[in-house]
Amino acid sequence: MAVQSVESSTTSAAAFGPAVALSCRECGERFDLGPIFACGSCFGPLEVAYDLPSGDPEGLRKQIEAGPDNIWRYAPLLPVPADVAALPSLSPGFTQLVKADRLARELGVTGELHVKDDSGNPTHSFKDRVVAIAVQAARTFGFTTLSCSSTGNLAGAVGAAAARAGFRSCVFIPHDLEAGKVVMAAVYGGELVGIEGNYDDVNRFCSELIGDPAGEGWGFVNVNLRPYYGEGSKTLAYEICEQLGWRLPDQIVIPIASGSQLTKIDKGLKELIKLGLVEDKPYKIFGAQAEGCSPVSTAFKAGHDVVRPQKPNTIAKSLAIGNPADGPYVLDIARRTGGAVEDVTDEQVVDAIKLLARTEGIFAETAGGVTVGVTKKLIEDGLLDPSLTTVVLNTGDGLKTLDAVAPTTGPSAIIRPTLDSFREAGLA
Amino acid sequence: MSVNVRIPTILRTYTGGQAEVSAEGATLAEVLADLEKNHAGISARVLDDTGKLRRFVNVYVNDDDVRFAEGLGTATPDGAGVSIIPAVAGGC
Repeated sequence: MAVQSVESSTTSAAAFGPAVALSCRECGERFDLGPIFACGSCFGPLEVAYDLPSGDPEGLRKQIEAGPDNIWRYAPLLPVPADVAALPSLSPGFTQLVKADRLARELGVTGELHVKDDSGNPTHSFKDRVVAIAVQAARTFGFTTLSCSSTGNLAGAVGAAAARAGFRSCVFIPHDLEAGKVVMAAVYGGELVGIEGNYDDVNRFCSELIGDPAGEGWGFVNVNLRPYYGEGSKTLAYEICEQLGWRLPDQIVIPIASGSQLTKIDKGLKELIKLGLVEDKPYKIFGAQAEGCSPVSTAFKAGHDVVRPQKPNTIAKSLAIGNPADGPYVLDIARRTGGAVEDVTDEQVVDAIKLLARTEGIFAETAGGVTVGVTKKLIEDGLLDPSLTTVVLNTGDGLKTLDAVAPTTGPSAIIRPTLDSFREAGLA
Repeated sequence: MSVNVRIPTILRTYTGGQAEVSAEGATLAEVLADLEKNHAGISARVLDDTGKLRRFVNVYVNDDDVRFAEGLGTATPDGAGVSIIPAVAGGC
């Protein structure tokens, strides 16, 4: 089959920095940089291939450290132009890596435990990272409308980024999402469309819309811009290592929805090793799912290398993708690095949210409850070594998923405004 | 049994640019075989060397993902809509 060349007249080599092509992760076929996402030969996912700067790790490290306090400090390693920081964007990233000593004590961790807290991004989830890269690609390809299929966080991130960068936005979500996420997605003024169905139904709809004249000229960040969008997750790997003092963690626990984030963090870590920015040593990657949507952990535990889709039923709605596109690659990475994929019940998710909140003052959304809960379970099962340096991701803010903890969280007492009442309530 | 098959952009080189074509067959396997007769080469894009659905292809008969049904043996009633969709879309 002929290679699809869809490079637009607005595309120039400089627009994508060190990126040189799109490459099929499945069969290796290469395509020109363009708004395409699936291989024309085998339907495999396309990802960005680079000609990265090499030979001067110390110079590159200094260049990065002198950059802005956001993801654009890593522009030399991303499919963006060198002057990207000067263009309008939400400038996400460089969120806190919290050394979680009190959580470590609770979990019996004797090594270093860190929480990468991505709730600190502009729309309070890691999605701002991936959207920022996709917006830049949309700009280059000349799209005027930004869109996505979303479990909520992405819709808000796209709406906000579109507002800042001057795009129209029209985003699609399952109709029954948490109220906080719906409001956050709608407030930025773009169109928000609820679809009667689950996330996989929304995703299918968007995939069909993109092939229809009605969707012409639209940049779907996680469909036709997906190869660029996914690269934003590499910045989590870069930041974690830089914040550890240019050191690889020994173990990292990552939530799995589609699995893209986990695969891109692995890609980022491998790039840092190849570039000589960190010492080349083994690391283990662990994936975390909720039991009510655990197609990847089910496949991992069964020893399968294919993922059988599931119908999601969990409070961790941001991870509720029953047919995860990158699931097979997550299995490969967990096995290659000596990690694992595990899941926890909704009750364990809520307990973990509260554990992280009371030990570290971090209020995580349900996805953060999944990673902390899975970390606890992996330690108890002897799969995660508590003596090593471990990083756990919190990818979103608990204020987005208040419903998850509200039924079991509230005032200790309601009293009259008197000291007697205070004492009677046993609070003195 | 005549069904309507929605063709994704990356396979439209086989259908002369058409986004939707009709095909005959009582099961998905028969529909794909009929598609191949009229649009040579399309079947090898959707099926792997062993004749199974490629792992990055989703196929729906009406609203049902065939992986939740009988796979290639899924019945395709007269007038059904069959959608072939790249699986790599979506998510984070």
